[in-house]
Amino acid sequence: MEQFFQQLTNGLAIGGIYALIALGYTMVYGVLRLINFAHGDLFTIGAYLGLTLLTSLALTEHLSGFLGVGLLALMVMGLVSLIGILLERIAYRPLRESHRLSAVVSALGASIFFQNAIMLIYGAKYYVYPQNLLPNTPIFILGMPIPLMRILILLASILMMIALYLFVQKTRIGTAIRATAIDQAAARLMGIDVNRVIMIVFCIGPALGGAAGMMVGIYYGQINFTMGWIYGLKAFTAAILGGIGNIPGAMLGGLLLGVIESLSSAYISMAWKDAIAFVVLILILIVRPTGLLGERVAEKI
Amino acid sequence: MKVSGPVPVIVFSALLLAAPLVLDHYWLDVLNSIGLYTILGLSLNIILGHAGMFNMGHAAFYAIGAYTTAILNTRYGVPVLWTLPISGLAAALFAVIVARPIIHLRGDYLLIVTIGMVEIVRIALINDIFGITGGANGIFGIDRPELFGFKLKRPQHFYYLIWLFVGMTVLLFTSLENSRFGRALNYLREDDVAAEGSGINTAVYKLAAFALGACWAGMTGTIFASKMTIISPESFSFWESVLLFMIVILGGAGNIAGVILGAFLVIGLPEIFRDFSTARMLIYGLAMMFMMIYRTQGILPPQPRVYRLDRVGEDL
Repeated sequence: MEQFFQQLTNGLAIGGIYALIALGYTMVYGVLRLINFAHGDLFTIGAYLGLTLLTSLALTEHLSGFLGVGLLALMVMGLVSLIGILLERIAYRPLRESHRLSAVVSALGASIFFQNAIMLIYGAKYYVYPQNLLPNTPIFILGMPIPLMRILILLASILMMIALYLFVQKTRIGTAIRATAIDQAAARLMGIDVNRVIMIVFCIGPALGGAAGMMVGIYYGQINFTMGWIYGLKAFTAAILGGIGNIPGAMLGGLLLGVIESLSSAYISMAWKDAIAFVVLILILIVRPTGLLGERVAEKI
Repeated sequence: MKVSGPVPVIVFSALLLAAPLVLDHYWLDVLNSIGLYTILGLSLNIILGHAGMFNMGHAAFYAIGAYTTAILNTRYGVPVLWTLPISGLAAALFAVIVARPIIHLRGDYLLIVTIGMVEIVRIALINDIFGITGGANGIFGIDRPELFGFKLKRPQHFYYLIWLFVGMTVLLFTSLENSRFGRALNYLREDDVAAEGSGINTAVYKLAAFALGACWAGMTGTIFASKMTIISPESFSFWESVLLFMIVILGGAGNIAGVILGAFLVIGLPEIFRDFSTARMLIYGLAMMFMMIYRTQGILPPQPRVYRLDRVGEDL
C-alpha cells in the first residue's frame, strides 16, 4: 500500500510535467494542425535557461526559495516563448499553405538545430541543478511521507492548467483561439487576427514547456541536451491519448501516462516501462480512435 | 526543374557505375549507406507517398528483416542470401499483423502508433525477447553474402550489390506506380471515401501497401546485416524512422527520383558538412528547414499523371 501510494504520487508529479508539455503540442495542433516536433527542444531550452539564470543571478540567495524560483520560472517562460514565436515565424509560417507533412519536416529540422545549438553552447555533458532550492521535507498524508517537491510540482502544474483553461474559456483572446481552432477561414472573416492568435499560441505552449523543463531540472536534479526528444515523445503520446487538439484531454492524458508509467515500472518491469506506455496507447486508440476526449469525427458517409 | 526522359537516368546510372573507380573507401561507404537508405526510402514511399499513411516507424520492419537474417544465419547456419526472401516475408507478416487493427486511424493517430511500434520493437530487442536477439549488444558474426561461390566482402562488392538492388527496386516500383495498384493507392490517398465508393477495398489496399513496403524494408535489413556483420537495437531507433520520413517528404513524396535525391541529401549532407566539425548537425538542421521552406512540395514533387486524349479507351 505504501509503495503503491508513493508510486501513484510520483506518477502524478511526472504526469503533471507531461501534461504541461502536452498542452503545447495540443494547442499548436488545435490551431495549425501541425505536430510541432521542436516542442521537446523548447522544453530542454527551458531547463538550461533555468539553470543558467539560477546560477548567474543567485536570486534564491537574496529572496526566499519560493519567491526566487517563482520569479525565475516567469523569466524562463518569457524567454522560451520568445523563441517559440521566432520558431513559428521562421520555420512554420512559410509552410502554412502547403502540405501538412512539409511543416513536420521543417519542425524536425528545427529540432535538430535546437538540440545541436544547446550542445554547442553548453557542451554534451550532464548538468546538475543546485540542490536544496526549495525545502524538501516530507509531508505526511494518511500517515505516509510524501516528498514536498512532488506535491509542489503537481500543484504548480495543476495551477497553470487551471489558469490556461480559464484563459481559453473565459477571455476574449481565448475565444479567438477556440474560434481559430474550429475554422481558420471563418474566424478570419469574423475579424479575428489569425496571425496574432497563432503567435499567442506559440507564446503559451513554449512557456508551459519551458516551465516543465525547469521542473524536471529541479525534480530530477540533472539535465541533458537530448532529453527533449524523450520527454517530447512522451508528451506527444499524452496529447494523442487524451485526444489531440483538446486541452482537457492533454491534461488527462499527461496525468494518466505518468501514473501508468510509474505503476508499470514498479509492478511489471522497469525495462519494459516505455513499451507498456505505448501498448496502452495503442489499445486505447483501437477502442477509441480519436483518444479519450477527442472529438468524434463522423464518417463522411 | 523538370526532369524527364531517359537522359538523366542514363547519366545518373553511368555516374553510379563509374563511382567506385574514383572514390576512396570512405566515400564508397557513404554511397553504400545512401543506397540502403534509398531502398528504405522507396519502400516507405509506397506507404507514405502513394497511400498517404503517416508511418514514422518504418525502421521496425527494417529491424525485423535484419534480425531474421542474423538469427537464421548465426544460429541455424542458413546462407545470408537465402534469408533474403524469408526476411522480406517476416517483415511483411509482421506489418500485416500490426497494421490490421490500426489501419483505420486518422493521420496523426497513425503517426504516433507507428512511433510506438518502432519503440516497442526496439525495447523488445534490447530486453532480449524470446532469448534470441542478444539484448542490447545485439548479434555479431553474421556471414558475408556469397554469390556463386564468390564472397562479397569489400566495400566495392557491396556497392554493386546495393545499387543493383536499388536499380531493380526502381524498375519494379516504377511499373507498380503506373499499375492499377498504384493508381488505387493514389486515389485512396486523395479521398478514401470516394475510393471506397468506386469499388476499391481500401482496407485491403492499405494493408497491401504496408506489407509491400515492409517486405522491401525487411530485405534491406538482410543486406545491412550482412554488410555490417554485427547488428544491435540502436541501429533501428526512432531516429532512423525520422530520417526515412524526411527522405520521402523532403525529396518529394510519391516520386521515385525525388526519394533518391532525398536519400542523397538527408544521408549525404552530414558527410559534406564534416568541415564544420561539431557544428555540422546544426547546419544540417538549418539546411533541412530551409530546403523545405524553399521547396514546400518537396524538391522533386511528382508530375501529375497525363492521359492523352487521342489514347482514351486504350488499356493503360
